Amino acid sequence: MDDFYRELIIDRYKNPQFRGVLDPADISFEDDNPLCGDHIHIDLRVGEDGIVREARFDGKGCAISQASADLLMEKIIGMHLDEVKQISKQDILDMLGIELGPVRLKCALLSLKVLKAGVYGLGEATDDLVEDE
Amino acid sequence: MANHILTTTLDVKKIREDFPVLGRQVRPGVPLIYLDSTATSQKPTSVIETMDRFYRNSNANIHRGIHVLAEEATAAYEEAREKVRRFLNAPSSRQVIFTRNTTEAINLVAYSWGLSQLKSGDIVLLTEMEHHSNLVPWYLLAERLGLRLEYVSVSDEGLLDVADFERKLELKPKLFAFTHMSNVVGTINPAKEMIAKAHQVGAITLLDGAQSVPHFRVDVRDLDVDFLAFSGHKMCGPTGIGVLYGKKDLLEQMPPFLGGGDMIKRVTLGSFKPNELPYKFEAGTPAIAEAIGLGAAIDYLSRIGMDAIAQHEHALVSYALDRLAEIPNLRIFGPSADKKGGVVSFVMDGVHAHDIAQVLDQSGVAIRAGHHCAMPLHEKFQIPATARASFYLYNTFDEIDHLVNAIYRVKDLFGV
Repeated sequence: MDDFYRELIIDRYKNPQFRGVLDPADISFEDDNPLCGDHIHIDLRVGEDGIVREARFDGKGCAISQASADLLMEKIIGMHLDEVKQISKQDILDMLGIELGPVRLKCALLSLKVLKAGVYGLGEATDDLVEDE
Repeated sequence: MANHILTTTLDVKKIREDFPVLGRQVRPGVPLIYLDSTATSQKPTSVIETMDRFYRNSNANIHRGIHVLAEEATAAYEEAREKVRRFLNAPSSRQVIFTRNTTEAINLVAYSWGLSQLKSGDIVLLTEMEHHSNLVPWYLLAERLGLRLEYVSVSDEGLLDVADFERKLELKPKLFAFTHMSNVVGTINPAKEMIAKAHQVGAITLLDGAQSVPHFRVDVRDLDVDFLAFSGHKMCGPTGIGVLYGKKDLLEQMPPFLGGGDMIKRVTLGSFKPNELPYKFEAGTPAIAEAIGLGAAIDYLSRIGMDAIAQHEHALVSYALDRLAEIPNLRIFGPSADKKGGVVSFVMDGVHAHDIAQVLDQSGVAIRAGHHCAMPLHEKFQIPATARASFYLYNTFDEIDHLVNAIYRVKDLFGV
């Protein structure tokens, strides 16, 4: 269990660094994980050059989904939107540093799914946005 | 800790030996503590072996083949139907229709009875504690026919509001479809009284027995229910087999649901004559081995005795409620033990239900976390998800102690 709930995950769940709302924002998107009722809303401010200047998430859910969102916001600040589009499932797993079964993988990937749907300007967030294969 | 009288009439040690999976370790040195029978029950050796024996010795398609295997398979399939009839005290095995599960049984009623008997403006009465399987089929039908759906409200304690039920009956619903036992809070609804009241205003009644039929005696004649739906896999049987019981006059007036082989008497190019009950509703090759497996499950449960099983689960849930109440920051949903079956749902301040389940899994304790296919009830309680422990005939008081200890580990880890 210590492997699973690494200190980092518990810490970012309890003390998120990037929780909040940006108003106005250049890109906003939100979605739910119907399996567990996790909800993630993401706001980005993006410069003329396509670089993410500020990123915030809001929502509710399990430690995995919320910590994953918090770490993802930290990761993308300073990245170009084209780089953001390239973030993969494996990047998220590396970021969390844990192995996840198929059910909890959905929790971990919800924020990436929401982020990518927003960055691509899609109408809805779909699983194929975060499938590597 | 209060003193508990830990009594049960079941020989649980012996019962556990009947379930091979209960002997396994989920990880080296960590035995399985299975507290998720509300989702699906484990299977005894007798069920596994009955299905294995069928495939090894008697496998054939049923009803038309004229050879030994086909005759044996047909006899075993129909014998399973008779076992279900006896288990439910149904008047005739023709009123026992094999479906895939509870959901399909409810959909059968919605599409066959509902589409032919309901019209725009008719009211279907449901409750706020329904599983999605007894909500969504009616949403789909309401959209198609312009039905009006009404819901009996649920109290904070997790009980149906009797006064609200009586008010809603004054609207003269055509159908009252409700759960016998909540899969989230465990509430056992007073089905017999509610069915009688619904009948007084002329409503047809459908009882979702997914959580009741596996756990206590359900007598369709005593209940006087019009339709009863349940699943085999929650009562020690295999997945893929469920049952719809219906009153004969209703089933006879209903058009077929699915069309195909076995459900016809005669087919010409352009027309068909439907078969008699129950075959009218069993299109295509059914789940033969699964039906026979369900028959074996009914034999198993009957041998142990449904009343003894219900008593055992009641003792477990009483104990679990008392022990969980000792844990600070744990909020338990649902009524007191005397009004419920073996289900306990709870949340912990500061820890999501999925995290509770994940940490418990590390201790080998298998529970469920989520909305348990009852999102409206969770909305009512204003929580996204609950953690749910559920009990069956093979669970022990010891396992509840393990659950409690594992919950304390969650608290330690999350510092709450």
